[in-house]
Amino acid sequence: MTNTQTTAVVPIKLVLYVAGQTPKSTAAIENLRRICDEHLPGQYTVEVIDLRLQPHLAREHNIVAIPTLVRELPTPMRKIIGDLSDQEKVLVHLKVGG
Amino acid sequence: MARGIDKSPTGIDGFDELTLGGLPTGRPTLVCGSAGCGKTLFASTFLVNGIRDYGEPGVFVTFEERPVDIVSNVASLGFSVGDLVDDGKLVLEHISLDPSELAEIGDYDLEGLFLRLELAIDQIGAKRIVLDTIESLFSAFQNPAVLRAEIRRLFDWLKDKGMTTVITGERGDGSLTRQGLEEYVSDCVILLDHRVHNQISTRRLRIVKYRGTAHGTNEYPFLIDRDGFSVLPVSSLGLDHKVFEERISSGIPDLDKMLEGGGFHRASSILLSGVAGSGKSTIAASFIDAACRAGERAVYFSFEESAAQAVRNMRSIGLDLKAHLDRDVLRYFATRPTFYSLEMHLAVMLREIIRFKPSLVVLDPISAFMGSGERLEVQAMLLRMVDSLKAHGVTAVFTHLMHSADGNQETDAGLSSLMDAWVLLLNREIGGEFNRELYLLKARGTAHSNQVREFIMTADGITLAPPYIGDGKALTGSARRAQEARDRRDEMIRQRDIAQANEQIEHRRRQTRMQIETLQAELEADEAALRTAGDAERTYLEQAQADQADMKKSRRL
Repeated sequence: MTNTQTTAVVPIKLVLYVAGQTPKSTAAIENLRRICDEHLPGQYTVEVIDLRLQPHLAREHNIVAIPTLVRELPTPMRKIIGDLSDQEKVLVHLKVGG
Repeated sequence: MARGIDKSPTGIDGFDELTLGGLPTGRPTLVCGSAGCGKTLFASTFLVNGIRDYGEPGVFVTFEERPVDIVSNVASLGFSVGDLVDDGKLVLEHISLDPSELAEIGDYDLEGLFLRLELAIDQIGAKRIVLDTIESLFSAFQNPAVLRAEIRRLFDWLKDKGMTTVITGERGDGSLTRQGLEEYVSDCVILLDHRVHNQISTRRLRIVKYRGTAHGTNEYPFLIDRDGFSVLPVSSLGLDHKVFEERISSGIPDLDKMLEGGGFHRASSILLSGVAGSGKSTIAASFIDAACRAGERAVYFSFEESAAQAVRNMRSIGLDLKAHLDRDVLRYFATRPTFYSLEMHLAVMLREIIRFKPSLVVLDPISAFMGSGERLEVQAMLLRMVDSLKAHGVTAVFTHLMHSADGNQETDAGLSSLMDAWVLLLNREIGGEFNRELYLLKARGTAHSNQVREFIMTADGITLAPPYIGDGKALTGSARRAQEARDRRDEMIRQRDIAQANEQIEHRRRQTRMQIETLQAELEADEAALRTAGDAERTYLEQAQADQADMKKSRRL
């Protein structure tokens, strides 16, 4: 699931690490999609990685908790763990400079 | 659990003996202790030995140190991590946690950690895993409820996978670990401790819990040195050691002769006690020399003299310790009593003894410890030393400095009951000179001389002057020589007196004999006279008869 908006001034590159179809993982995916659609339309890319399928990426990207959302761009990199159930907080952490 | 549980040896000196086999196989073990007490080294040793000696690949999961630090840590054990990793025997899994870049929003778990561990384990078919230090998770994540649940799940998961696990944990106030990890590990908990007492630090290890198996419950000292991690289980000894009928020489023939059987029993403990300068070390060195000459190995633990000093000093009485040192049949360890704690001394000594396998060990002097510990502690340490040496069939020679010449009671700490033989060395002033004396105070199971012998050291070695016996007392030194000279003079006088008496008697005998002869002659003269008189009488009577007859005839009666 990838949404792209080329016109974004500050593209937000997000990677969501999940492990299988656990309730927490699916909740995180849904929460993220809703937040991005509602508040950041067209400003972001999201990649979802299932570590069950690619466990070596957990090592490469140093993932411990599941689900983990990584904002790779803009720098600095930020990590949010949890099912992203608190919309306001997620937005605060995702937006540059709040 | 009739046969007990399976155990995985750690290959750590002493630890496997203590636990009767090692850590519980396929189960987690918690190793806790304060900072710098050797948790990580314990864990790495467990892992590296597993790879090297038991063919069990291992995963080292570090939450704190950078892999570089682990590499150097393991390198200090004499292993190249690079090689082990390249050989597919070891995986270093570095899980870095930086709380500053994390935000927690909503529910989460640590599945990522599980996946990474699983990957690492499966990559090399690991049997052993180390988690160092998992408590770091608590500083990185804010939700303790999640963490506790996840840690519990992690341990269960590792158990399911049959991983022999070592988890390290930092010591907390009033609990074994800061985060109460001990609640999750029910199989085996080991506590490492690092204490400083009287400015001497001692590392100690205690097995707090080991489910389903017997184990030593005491605190055991352990050592981290150039040989890595070694635990020294020194008190797991009983009184069931083997006894020897064989005798060993003290290197002093005269001393051996004082004992029935010609020497001390092998594996006995011999105490040489005496005042300063009474020759304790010399006799000890003589034991050493005798053992080395007999083709046996010996170890000399000195707490006063360096090896070079001892070599020089013993040369003066004709003992060449250097030759034995050069042939490596003698090892000389010189340490100050304050260098280690008592336990550590004991432990280090026992380790050397176990490694070198000597048949004779000298501790010179044990009284040096009296200053560095409580009397009871010293006694306990010596008891353990004696027991361990006996268990190994090693003859032990202890020297003990007494502070007063007359005090047997001064030879303290209940030493006497520990010792099989006790040689008392005295240095007594008599008539303006000090003389060394030696007395066999006790020798268990051996009839022995009860004499105080004079102890003489010369360039040719040690001799014991034969006791001066006479007049109901023993004398030494000049007094002995003077007495001997006096005795010789007395003897001469006595001899002369006897000769004189003999002569006198002979003279008297001659006189008597002469008198007897004179009397005999007189008697014979008397008898002759008597005989003559008898003859005359008979002649007279005959004549008288004849005369009467003649008279009758003439009267014609």
